[in-house]
Amino acid sequence: MRVDGVSVQCGFELMEKLECRLGVHNLSVYYDDFKALENINLLIPCKRITAFIGPSGCGKSTLLRCFNRMNDLVPGSYVEGSIFFDGTDIFSDNYDVTELRRKVGMVFQKPNPFPKTVYENVAYGPKIAGIKKKAVLDEIVERSLKRAALWDEVKDKLHSSALRLSGGQQQRLCIARALAVEPEIILLDEPCSALDPIATQRIEDLLVELAEKYTIIIVTHNMQQAARISHFTAFMMIEEHGDPGRIIEFGETSYIFTNPDNEKTERYITGRFG
Amino acid sequence: MHRRSGRLFGENRLGAPDPHLFLYDLREMGISRSVRLSRIVKTPDNFVKCALFICSSLTVFFVFLVIVFILSSSVPALKELGFKNVFFSTKWSPNVSAPLKGNYGILAFLNGTILTTIGALILGAPLGVGTAVFIDEYAPVWLKGLVFRGVEIIAGIPSVVIGWFGLTLLVPMIAEITNTSGYGMFAASLVLALMVVPTITTLSFEALQAVPEDIHDASVALGATRWQTVSRVLLPASLRGIAAAVILGMCRAIGETMAVQMVIGNARQLTFNPLTRTSTLTTRIVTDMGESHGVFRSALFAQGLVLLIFSAVLIIIVRAALKGRALSQ
Repeated sequence: MRVDGVSVQCGFELMEKLECRLGVHNLSVYYDDFKALENINLLIPCKRITAFIGPSGCGKSTLLRCFNRMNDLVPGSYVEGSIFFDGTDIFSDNYDVTELRRKVGMVFQKPNPFPKTVYENVAYGPKIAGIKKKAVLDEIVERSLKRAALWDEVKDKLHSSALRLSGGQQQRLCIARALAVEPEIILLDEPCSALDPIATQRIEDLLVELAEKYTIIIVTHNMQQAARISHFTAFMMIEEHGDPGRIIEFGETSYIFTNPDNEKTERYITGRFG
Repeated sequence: MHRRSGRLFGENRLGAPDPHLFLYDLREMGISRSVRLSRIVKTPDNFVKCALFICSSLTVFFVFLVIVFILSSSVPALKELGFKNVFFSTKWSPNVSAPLKGNYGILAFLNGTILTTIGALILGAPLGVGTAVFIDEYAPVWLKGLVFRGVEIIAGIPSVVIGWFGLTLLVPMIAEITNTSGYGMFAASLVLALMVVPTITTLSFEALQAVPEDIHDASVALGATRWQTVSRVLLPASLRGIAAAVILGMCRAIGETMAVQMVIGNARQLTFNPLTRTSTLTTRIVTDMGESHGVFRSALFAQGLVLLIFSAVLIIIVRAALKGRALSQ
C-alpha cells in the first residue's frame, strides 16, 4: 500500500482495520532559510505506538514537535503542507493551539518537572484548563499517577518537591502530568535517553500499557527500543549534511526490522551506517 | 633540546628544570639579552598577584574605614543628645552658633525616606517586572532590543537630569492637578520610580532567563497560554531573583539624593501627605552639611548610619534570597 508516495508495508487488512485520526500531508518545515523536513506524508494509527527512528539531525524531533505545534516557539520557523487531526488542518488560521496541546500531550527528552510539589505538577494541566474543585483535582492526580505507575512510590510524598524524585520517577511524573489533561495522543521525544536501563524498562512497560488507551508517537535513538515496543516505525534520514529530512520508509515495525523495502533502512537497522 | 655534559638544556642532572642552569646554558650560547627577558617573564605572575591582592585589600579596607568613620562620627550626637532624641524625635531645628542648643530628631526624614521608597517601589516594581516579563516572553526580537536599549539609556541618565525633568515637568503638573505646591513625596516617588526601573528590569529579566527553558516548554505543551505560563511557572520559579531585583532597586531608591532633593521640597516636617513638602535622610544631609559642625554634624552622620544599616540589611536579604535560589535549582 502506498500513502502519498510513502510505501506503507503493513498490509491492507491491518491498515484498513486501524483508525487513523492524525495524518501528515506534504509537510515541509523550515527554520528561516534552512529546510529541516521535506514532503512528509504519514498516517498515525490510533491506539498504537509509532516510533520515529533515524540518525541524529534527521528531523525526527522536528516532526514530532509539529504535532502539537511546539515548533511555533522557535523564532523563524514555518511550515508548508498540513497535518490533519480529526479532519482539520492544525496549521490553519484560527486553529486553537492550546486546545490542540491539551489533546496532544508531550513528554520531553530530559525529565522536566516544575519546581513544585508532585501533586502540583500533575494538577497543573487540569488547573490551567479551569478545574478548581479540590476533590476533582485529587481524583485526577491519583488516577494519572496510577496510570503512570508512580502512585505507589509517591502517594506518601505528594506534597514534597518533585525535584527530589529520581530521574526515572521524574520522567514517569512527566508522563502522569501529560495524562492528567486527558490527551488523545502522547508525543515522547527520546523519553529514556537520560535514564538508566531499569528506569527505561519501566517506562517501556508503561508505554505498552498506555497504548491500549492512547495513540503514542515516540522518537528514539534506540532501535531495540523501537523494535521492542512500537507497532509502527518510520525511518527518517537526511541524504547529506544540510539536506532536509525525509521519511525513507514507514510500516509495521516487524516488517521494517525484518524485511525492509529500502536498502538504506536495511543498512541503518543492521547498524552499517548512521 | 641541546644535550650538554650529560644533561638536557636548562635541566639539572636529575632532569628537573633549573632556572640557574637555564640562564647558564643561555649565556653559554651567547644569548645574554634573552636572559634578562626571561627574568622579567618570570616576574609578571607574582607582580600581578601582588597588585590584585593590594587592590582587593584596599577595597575591604576602605569599606571598613567608612563604617568606622560613620560610627565614630555619629557617636557624639547619640551621646550628647541621647538615642531617643535623635531617632524618635521629629523636631529638627539645628542651632549653627551653639549646636548643643538645637534639636536633632531625624524621625521626619526617616519617615520621608521610607515612604518615598515604598512609593517608588509601588510605581516602579510592577513597571520593571512587567517590562522584564514583556521582553522575556512576549516581545518580538526587534522590539526586545529596542526596549533593552531604552532601559539602558534610562539607567545612564545622570540623576540631576532626571531631577531637573521632575522639577520642570512633573512638579508643575502635580501642582496644577492637585492644586498644591507640587513638591513632596509623590513627586519624589515618581522620579525614583523612573530611576529604579532599569535596575529592576535588568535583574528581573536575568532571573526569568535563569528559569530552564524546558519547564517553560512543559507548561506550553500542556496547553497553557502565555500568561498562564508566566504567572504559574516563570514568575514562581524566578521569585527569589525578582525579589532580589526589587530589593536592589530599593537600595537605589533609598540612596538617591540629587533627584529627590530637587522635587521633595526640603521642609523639616513629619508628614504622611504625599503632596506636602518634606525631606528624606539623604536630602537632609546634603541640604544641611555645608554649615554644620559639632553635634549638628554628628546628627547628620547618625542619618548616614541609618542609611548604612538599611543598605547592609537589604544586601543581606538579597544574598539570602539568591542563595536560596541557587539551592532550589
